[in-house]
Amino acid sequence: MSFQSLLLWPENPGLSILVFVVVAMGFMYAARRPVHELLRALGHMIGGPLRIAARSLAQAAADIHQRNKAVLLAHGRQEVGSRVEREFERLAAIVTRDLQGYPTLQRKLLDEITKIEEDYKKCGEVPPPPPDWTDAVAAIANVKSTGNELVMRVLEEIKRSVTAIHDKAIGEYRKSYETRHKILEGFMPFWRSVDKNLTQVEKNLASLQSSVSTVDAHMAKYEAINAATDKAQHALMVSAFTQFFISLVVMTVAAGGAFINFKLIALPMSEMVGAGDYITNSLRTSEVAALVIIFVEASMGLFLLEAMRVTHLFPRIASLNEVLRKRMLWIALTLLVILAGVEAALALMRDMLITDKQALLQSLATVQAGATEGWVGRIPTAGQMLLGFILPFALAFIAIPLESLIHSTRTVGGAGLIALVRALAILLRVMSQAVRQACRVLIRLYDVAIVVPLLAERFTRQAQRSGRKGRAADFDAERTHA
Amino acid sequence: MDRRHFILSTLALAAAGCSDSRAHRQAVYMLVDTSGTYSREANKALLIVNYLLGTLEPGDSLAVARVKSRSFSEKDIIAKATFDTRPSQANAQKRAFRDKIDAAFKTVPGSAYTDITGGLIQGAEFLNEGGAGSKTIIIFSDMQEELDKVTVRNFPISLKNIRIMAVNVVKLRGDNIDPRRYLGRLDEWKVRVEKAGASEWRVINDLDHLDRIFGRG
Repeated sequence: MSFQSLLLWPENPGLSILVFVVVAMGFMYAARRPVHELLRALGHMIGGPLRIAARSLAQAAADIHQRNKAVLLAHGRQEVGSRVEREFERLAAIVTRDLQGYPTLQRKLLDEITKIEEDYKKCGEVPPPPPDWTDAVAAIANVKSTGNELVMRVLEEIKRSVTAIHDKAIGEYRKSYETRHKILEGFMPFWRSVDKNLTQVEKNLASLQSSVSTVDAHMAKYEAINAATDKAQHALMVSAFTQFFISLVVMTVAAGGAFINFKLIALPMSEMVGAGDYITNSLRTSEVAALVIIFVEASMGLFLLEAMRVTHLFPRIASLNEVLRKRMLWIALTLLVILAGVEAALALMRDMLITDKQALLQSLATVQAGATEGWVGRIPTAGQMLLGFILPFALAFIAIPLESLIHSTRTVGGAGLIALVRALAILLRVMSQAVRQACRVLIRLYDVAIVVPLLAERFTRQAQRSGRKGRAADFDAERTHA
Repeated sequence: MDRRHFILSTLALAAAGCSDSRAHRQAVYMLVDTSGTYSREANKALLIVNYLLGTLEPGDSLAVARVKSRSFSEKDIIAKATFDTRPSQANAQKRAFRDKIDAAFKTVPGSAYTDITGGLIQGAEFLNEGGAGSKTIIIFSDMQEELDKVTVRNFPISLKNIRIMAVNVVKLRGDNIDPRRYLGRLDEWKVRVEKAGASEWRVINDLDHLDRIFGRG
């Protein structure tokens, strides 16, 4: 169908198009109101559900936020609660260790103080005063010497006796002081002991005070979480994100370790299960067996740390009684050691297989390479064996970051989900608004297309309005005249 | 085995289903031309056998056979082995295989005629019986077939899903005079093996690039 065949007068396309436009404009003008209503209805039909969906999503995001907040606070409460519990346990241990012996220490201190008091009292005792005969001696001393030989002799005798008594009294006095000095000298160890004991008491009390302040800080945090404050929620959220990324990094490192481990045992496993067996199109049985061993090692590590109560991924293990828990711990540890031994043996076998393959290739090659013998050649073998033995134990510790990752993923995933739902809600709202605006634009465009009849309509209405006004004015004038 | 393979392996643990392990195995049948002057190229054939022994994995199969006046016979197989799936055992088998080939190639009896077609039929039979996933026939020959009057080989043969590699296709004296003979000979073989259903036809004259045998070059 050509363009010419559509024209009324093919020889005069301009006129044909003009007539077509005029006729179309007439039809469009006639259909103006239904088309406007149709476009408005379309806008409502498409925009309305989008708006409702946006509102629902926003509501869903708010619900998820509330739920996440509840979970986050509950988790934080549990975590801080367990920390407070541990701090109290530590406090109890300190009190038991240091203050349990406090009565004994006090008794010891009191004994020492009593002893010091007694000794002090002993130090205060002075030698008995000289006897009353000193007055008699003083009276005799006042007797005047007249040169009488008898008197002189008596006085000489008295002097000699007094001197002897004086020397004796001085000796006793010195002896008494010497004894007191000895007592005072004996004070020293007691003083030192008292000083030491008091210093220890001071230290213990300071440690207790420090622990108490830690408990206070935890309790403040616990109270904030209990009160569900925004600050506490924000702190918990930040902590969860930090935990998530740290755990992710550690898990990536652990995955690298697992990969090395896999490389170490994949080849020798083919010696056990065969190299030509495949489970899927590209997956060898030996590779699966190597992976299974690595996963079993990781599981044993998980159980070991669970039994040691380092992680709490399995409530059933945590609720086991002490005997069973210890049995489980020893079983997991034994299996881990056995598996580590197996890995070391496999690492050795890997080295032997590679050496054998190299020897074969060298024998097949035209140019023979010189063999590297000696202790240098043994280093890689020893290194592989050591790695094979150590890696299972290293892998066992992934239970800790794994637990952290699992717990923090709930919060991080929840936050991500909220962001996604909110973004979707905004997108739907924008789409709804865009559809409504598009319908309005279409209505305006429709009016633009029929602008000529619309102008004619406006002019006609204006003319009618002015005619009515003129008639009304004439009528008023006639009434005035009348 | 790269990191991607490791992750795939981890994920595939959950996937159920077993695969036929034979589908992953390779089987190689090598025809060594011992006719006329070509028997002097035995050292090069040994080089290729050594390459194959070094490349094939545990579980793969290898057979080396002579091309004689009439080659459609099991007696022409010098050595054949399906290597054990355990690498250590496979290495021991490869050593034994090499020793056997070494001994056989020291005394290569020449033959009057060259029955390449018979060797191909025999090789196809051997490979199809093994049921390996990848089947390759290596023809170490100048590709000049010469048959006696009673030997019948002008009938359609089946080489379905078998890769055919012509290795060390030396130029004959006449080829130097008119290279079209050499090119025509190779074209004829190409048409014939492709008509027989072979999955690939390849000529490898540079023995430094033997990795092309397994399509790696």
